[in-house]
Amino acid sequence: MKKIISFPHIGQYYHPIKKFVKRTTNIKTIESPFITKKTIELGSKYSPDSACVPFKYNLGNYIETLENGANILLQAGGGCRYRYYAEVQETILKDLGYDFKFIQIIGKDHLRINEIFNIFKELNPKLSKIYFIHELLSTLLYIKYLDDIDELIRHRIGFEVYKNSFIKLKNDFLNELDNTGGIFKLTYLYMKYEHKLKKIKIKKPKNTLKVGIIGELYTAMEPFCTYELEKMLAQYNIEIKRFTNLTYLLWKKALLRPYIKRKTKKYCKYTLGADGLDNVYRVLWLKKHNYDGIIHTKPTGCTPEIGAIPIIMRAASDNKMPIIFLSFDEQTSSEGMKTRIEAFYDLLNTRKEKIK
Amino acid sequence: MIIILTVGIPRGLLYYRYETLWKEFFNNLNVKYIISDNSNFKILKDGKNKCIDEACLSLKLFIGHVISLKDKCDCIFIPRIYSLEKTEQVCTNFNCLYDLIHNLFPDLKIINYNIDVKRKNTEIKAFINLGKQLGFNKKDTIKAYKMAKEKENIKQTYIQNSAEHKLSSNKKKILLLGHPYNLNDNLIGKTVSNYLSKNNIEIIYSYELPKKYINEYYKKISPKVHWTMNKELLSAFMYYKDKVDGVIVLTAFPCGPDSLTNEMILRKKGKSKVLLLTFEELSSDVAVITRLESFIDMIEGCVYA
Repeated sequence: MKKIISFPHIGQYYHPIKKFVKRTTNIKTIESPFITKKTIELGSKYSPDSACVPFKYNLGNYIETLENGANILLQAGGGCRYRYYAEVQETILKDLGYDFKFIQIIGKDHLRINEIFNIFKELNPKLSKIYFIHELLSTLLYIKYLDDIDELIRHRIGFEVYKNSFIKLKNDFLNELDNTGGIFKLTYLYMKYEHKLKKIKIKKPKNTLKVGIIGELYTAMEPFCTYELEKMLAQYNIEIKRFTNLTYLLWKKALLRPYIKRKTKKYCKYTLGADGLDNVYRVLWLKKHNYDGIIHTKPTGCTPEIGAIPIIMRAASDNKMPIIFLSFDEQTSSEGMKTRIEAFYDLLNTRKEKIK
Repeated sequence: MIIILTVGIPRGLLYYRYETLWKEFFNNLNVKYIISDNSNFKILKDGKNKCIDEACLSLKLFIGHVISLKDKCDCIFIPRIYSLEKTEQVCTNFNCLYDLIHNLFPDLKIINYNIDVKRKNTEIKAFINLGKQLGFNKKDTIKAYKMAKEKENIKQTYIQNSAEHKLSSNKKKILLLGHPYNLNDNLIGKTVSNYLSKNNIEIIYSYELPKKYINEYYKKISPKVHWTMNKELLSAFMYYKDKVDGVIVLTAFPCGPDSLTNEMILRKKGKSKVLLLTFEELSSDVAVITRLESFIDMIEGCVYA
């Protein structure tokens, strides 16, 4: 039987992940079909009821990709419930009668290059360590550049003069990076596109609203899950700052931890689990940089965030920052959220005029 | 140095796990302590109003207990736990418990300790720190801790022996599976255990599992589980499942770790009979009793069939 590797979606990161897996294992790699209503319907049908939404999206992704012929599935892991996803999902899929191999890349709560290398070595016995490390570095760089470009776009996309000019540029960027191997060439391409991006015409009024998005990682990175919240905000001409991306989770978070702990001393003595403390810090950061409001997103029942929300609330009210809490579950109708965002937008606008 | 007259211990969450240890420790140091009353509907209501909606029932009850204690004592004792074993974690509610209470009640004085074995903050270090906050020197604290730990071990051995003894009884036996803070709570577990003992059924609690089996039996059902407390539950399930007539799984809604481990239990239970009871902020226990009734009927019916 021909081997086909697949993995679930999270935002646009399927580009670097696919490139990495394909180049290191030499096995055909497909990403799961794009998330649609059907994905989440399938996922929630077979998931335990009170599991969090990312679990259901992942499971839906797996089922769809297994139907497409994949037979090796990859899953990562981290803090909170995410680390245990792999085993439960494997059990559920096996019970559904699929035949596949399930691989969890990060099984413990830390990243070790050796452990990951051994996993890929099993898939591709010819893999040399130097080549693997080169690919790993180039992928990490890819992820970093992708996040950087995203960050730049997020500041500008609400004010573009010609519609879709940013999305078009990003697609070109992804296409070229997918087909480039070398680290230096990647850097060159990034610089080229950064230059191009800064030249795209924008029309930015002087007093625009600036909003920060904080919260749990999956809802921050997967646009389908939050009904394309960022797009919706862009339509209101709001400048967006989002903290969580893969770059942040992979290395920035660990580096920043002592600093964040020092800065949030007033509210917290210890870390809160997962991204809890980071979110408390972000409230203070957004205040310091004169942002107008905060949007907090999380899946329903996300335990670390539930523990952190009362603390975030206090930090926000101490600093007089307007904040809205959005909880997402497997429902796919966006009208309710649109109303709330509209009301929040009006509130921010009136507040801004009052201060002026 | 602040002289602390009375320490308040909320009757919730970790209290049920460390009851003996804490009580003996404070006794040995001659520190006066009070423990909040058994959970009641007023406590639940207070906790519910103070906490956000989505928090789990046990956390709401805990906050209710803190509210009921806060005017009766000088400070409240809330420990923080990150990891009890090197590669494992506990539910994130225990990670943030101290900071959560501290931010909900900014004026409240809290004494606490921090166990994080992964970062080398062991239990004894934590207790030394606690003794320091109470104004005792290292030597006295260590002595008090060691004596308390001994008492705890004696009590645990006693409980575990009695569980083995219970297994040989002639009555119908049911395993109550759940976190100790749910099983022993007046509003959650007591409803079930009272009803079962009224119906002449021997109850075995999941926390009565002998310690030597904890690190062994869970591997048969889920080798990758990384929550220390849920690992104990899975081990208890695997050890007792063939030795009892039925298993009742008690969960507070919406428990994060339980939501996934219960799925594993239900999928790998084999032929044993499992009833999953999820507790919410109910104001009456009629619905629970109905389900228990039919479960008992099923167990007894199976024998005669």
